[in-house]
Amino acid sequence: MMSKSRIIKTLLQIVVLIGLLLAPYYLSSYNLSLLGRFLAYAILALGLSLVWGQGGILCLGQGVFFGLGAYALALHLKLAGLGPTDLPDFMVWSGLSNLPWWWKLFHSAAFSFAAVILIPALAAGGLSWLVFRRRVGGVYFALITQALALAFSTLLISEQGYTGGFNGLTDFSTLLGYTVLDPKFQRALYWITVVVLAASFWFLEWLLASNFGKILRAIRDGENRVRFLGYNPVPFKALVFAIGGALAGLSGALFTLHAGVISPANVGVVPSIEMIAWVAVGGRASLVGAVAGTLLVNFGKDWVSNAMPSLWPFVMGLLFVLVVTVVPKGLSGLWDRDSWDWLSRAISRWRSGGQPPASVSSGRNVEHVKKAVGIDVAATPLSEDETR
Amino acid sequence: MSEPLRQASSQSPGQPPSQALLRVENLTVSFDGFKAVDGMNLTIQRNQVRVLIGPNGAGKSTLLDAIIGHVRPSGGRVILKGEDVTHLPEHKIVRKGICRKFQAPGVLEGLTVWENLAVAARSSREWWSSLTHRTPADVRELVEEVIEMINLQDKRNSLAKVLAHGQKQWLEIGMVVASKADLLLLDEPAAGMSHGEAAQTADLIRRLSDWHSFLVIDHDMGFVAQLEAPITVLHLGRLLMEGTLEEVRRDPQVAAVYLGREAEKPNAGH
Repeated sequence: MMSKSRIIKTLLQIVVLIGLLLAPYYLSSYNLSLLGRFLAYAILALGLSLVWGQGGILCLGQGVFFGLGAYALALHLKLAGLGPTDLPDFMVWSGLSNLPWWWKLFHSAAFSFAAVILIPALAAGGLSWLVFRRRVGGVYFALITQALALAFSTLLISEQGYTGGFNGLTDFSTLLGYTVLDPKFQRALYWITVVVLAASFWFLEWLLASNFGKILRAIRDGENRVRFLGYNPVPFKALVFAIGGALAGLSGALFTLHAGVISPANVGVVPSIEMIAWVAVGGRASLVGAVAGTLLVNFGKDWVSNAMPSLWPFVMGLLFVLVVTVVPKGLSGLWDRDSWDWLSRAISRWRSGGQPPASVSSGRNVEHVKKAVGIDVAATPLSEDETR
Repeated sequence: MSEPLRQASSQSPGQPPSQALLRVENLTVSFDGFKAVDGMNLTIQRNQVRVLIGPNGAGKSTLLDAIIGHVRPSGGRVILKGEDVTHLPEHKIVRKGICRKFQAPGVLEGLTVWENLAVAARSSREWWSSLTHRTPADVRELVEEVIEMINLQDKRNSLAKVLAHGQKQWLEIGMVVASKADLLLLDEPAAGMSHGEAAQTADLIRRLSDWHSFLVIDHDMGFVAQLEAPITVLHLGRLLMEGTLEEVRRDPQVAAVYLGREAEKPNAGH
């Protein structure tokens, strides 16, 4: 039996899905191409919401896994447009005479498609397993991933002959025999993106509602408590990080097809931090929030950059500061009454002429109110009839 | 108490009844040369309640930490049901049958009361067995029973973070019980509770001792008296004495240890 709110939620999701699927019939081609690209980003954001919002693992290097998926497909796209003995143009410029052996693997479309998911998933799972096994987490893990993003983009730039260097990989022509620039292909690509996003969304909803999801939230709230209930938190966290990596890889591959290019500028430190901002703005613990935040920030970026190109970094920074200080739960947290506490506190402070408020009007539970008015809850014993 | 809790005791019929549940042998824990626990010996039989007291810094919590693997001893052994568990990872020690309630309530705040207990009560703690939405019937039954035992029936769907302090303490005790461990380590279970709640907690521990053994740390001698259990006194990481509450009260050594620490002097309690 599904509850009423669950049915309404599912219906809303289906309505939004249909709205997105019909977008090619009511959006201009410019906006549609933007939307497709941003929906591809949203797949990565779903993964971040899982990893950060539900798992409590802050990753400042999600661009690495995005890049692994993107380059895996870009290698194939590059080869698909060439004759059997031709070399990609940048290899010729770099003086290479033979295709490196690991490039040859990407002649196969099946291998490349599998690599789009498996390489980032294995990289993310393996790395995080090694780190979490050593009981390293929190800020240190965030710094490790940040360093990884820097190392990854530096490596891509420095190995020009193998990766296309600073310019990245572009000039794609065909995929599975279809012409990439054909409007029909672009439209199909948009629909594929929507379907992959919806499938990822529902998969994560299923995962988070399972016992696995509960234990994951338990680990986020009290890793030691869970460990001392007999669970090993390491495989839970590493698996979640691997799923986040796989979604980032899918996102990167779809982005590459939408944008027609992938370069180190899309995968380094700055893009990785922007990815965190999408999810923070939308609300990191909410899957819907992650998707909405991604679309909002990216359309905002497009709009601000068109009006005034140099303004965007400032708007982004301001937005991030506002979210962190005012609505730490992000936009999806606005539905939560707790998020308005700061406002009701500010109003009552203003009314009482700068004095601290006597009570918090929106405090919903006793402990909350007691805390706000300075009663030490621990020292206030319950009356017996409250527990009996 | 009905079936699930009764099964919890897992008294293997093959074991000789004389075998101790837990033996701590010559256990030493040192932090940078300072010996927080110094050559400690302790034996706990099945279905026994044991109380651990001692002044601040006597090494009570550190002893519990070392038993459950939270800190690693520099010497000595911890034997559970005849098996050396001294160097196992924490979660494996727990799976062998020891569960601990920490001093500060460590409930899982983002989960409901029911979910907290269900996470504790799951019999398989491997990640792959959690990839399902189903809660096994035996887990549901056990959770219902524990939830009734700790009197949180009305709060079953509340998030643990909205509970009052005493209720959080009870929830965590409930989680430890739901884990079906043979030996439950309780670090100041009655801290922050009213006298009535503390009495209920003591009563609960006495009743549950038919199925579990307990090692309880507490400062409150009133609460300790209600447990009606043998007492082990720790001082400077060493065993000072073992005995009944009366013996401990009369002992001149114990009095000397507590002298100058008026606030913690084991008096008649409340």
